[in-house]
Amino acid sequence: MSFLPYAVAAWLFVIGLWGVVSSRNLVRTVLSLTVVQSSTYLLLLGVGYRSKGQAPIVADIPTTSKLVDPVVQVLVLTDIVIEATVTALLLALVVQAHKRFKSVDPDDLRPLRD
Amino acid sequence: MSRVVRLGLFVVAGCGLATVLVIGFTGLPDFGGAHELVGSVTNLTEPTLRHATDVVTALNFDIRAFDTLGEEFILFVSVSGVALLLRHLRDEEEDVDTTPGIEEHRFSGASDGLKLVSLVLIPLILAFGAYLVFHGQLTPGGGFQGGVVLAAGPISILLAGRYLSMKRVAPGRLLEAADSLGAAAYAMVGLGGLIFAGIYLKNFLPLGFSGHLLSSGEMPLNSVAVGLEVSGAFLLTWTEFLDQTMIGPPSGSAGE
Repeated sequence: MSFLPYAVAAWLFVIGLWGVVSSRNLVRTVLSLTVVQSSTYLLLLGVGYRSKGQAPIVADIPTTSKLVDPVVQVLVLTDIVIEATVTALLLALVVQAHKRFKSVDPDDLRPLRD
Repeated sequence: MSRVVRLGLFVVAGCGLATVLVIGFTGLPDFGGAHELVGSVTNLTEPTLRHATDVVTALNFDIRAFDTLGEEFILFVSVSGVALLLRHLRDEEEDVDTTPGIEEHRFSGASDGLKLVSLVLIPLILAFGAYLVFHGQLTPGGGFQGGVVLAAGPISILLAGRYLSMKRVAPGRLLEAADSLGAAAYAMVGLGGLIFAGIYLKNFLPLGFSGHLLSSGEMPLNSVAVGLEVSGAFLLTWTEFLDQTMIGPPSGSAGE
């Protein structure tokens, strides 16, 4: 079952993307985007995993132990920060859209209409 | 663009995406079989050359310190962006205490028990957050993680149904100061590297003993700076959003 983490990552990506496309509510769109982003965490951590490797914290284990790849873990940390900021900005835009159009349905946003 | 056209476009784009995904995923290493050289080298060098026991934080504040600078300013700019985007809705400003007609938010579920528990939680959350910030280079944690936990402390006052009290404990000016000071402090630590070692963000402080609180040179400083910035930034973002629902005028009526 060595492909399972990757399969879950791909599934999260696709299902989140479907959520973005099919959404009738802008808040749901933003939350779907966070689902897409969480697939990247899983993918990165999966790429860096070594079987039976320990967390790269050598406070109480010998430095010669088998450790997982720390580089991708740092990337995940960056990823989470970016997700938080992007989500905050998008939600602020949703608040403004609701203020202007009195609706959070993307189809009701006038500039997007034909 | 109608809904049908949009979904049709997605189906076409989705086919291309599926192809790329299949090609990409078949080229990945087997799960558990990663042998990236950089990761192995970092795992070996950071504990010995930098005396840090948490390799992730060591990467974050040492090897990738410049990236972290950028990351920190992304957070800084996005908080400014949120404040900018939400500014129109706040007609009455800054000092909410003196604004007439604003009532303390009453969270209907806030029983006496919940209020008590949330008050007891605050020191525990703050202590845990401070532990995460200060032990960044030793155990799992660091400025980003600890900063978010620290920001959760004042939020538990909100849980007790006291939003305006939360604003009094953590006023906007203080949060803005923490946000900017943290960002500036991180850049200043980097400047120290430029002055004393000739390279921006180079680790110029004594490395100390592995496992000590003040070890690994500038990493504890960076961690504290980032913790300050992140806690300020998150609380600022949350209060901007909470202002919308808790004290803003009901949308479409007063104030327009």
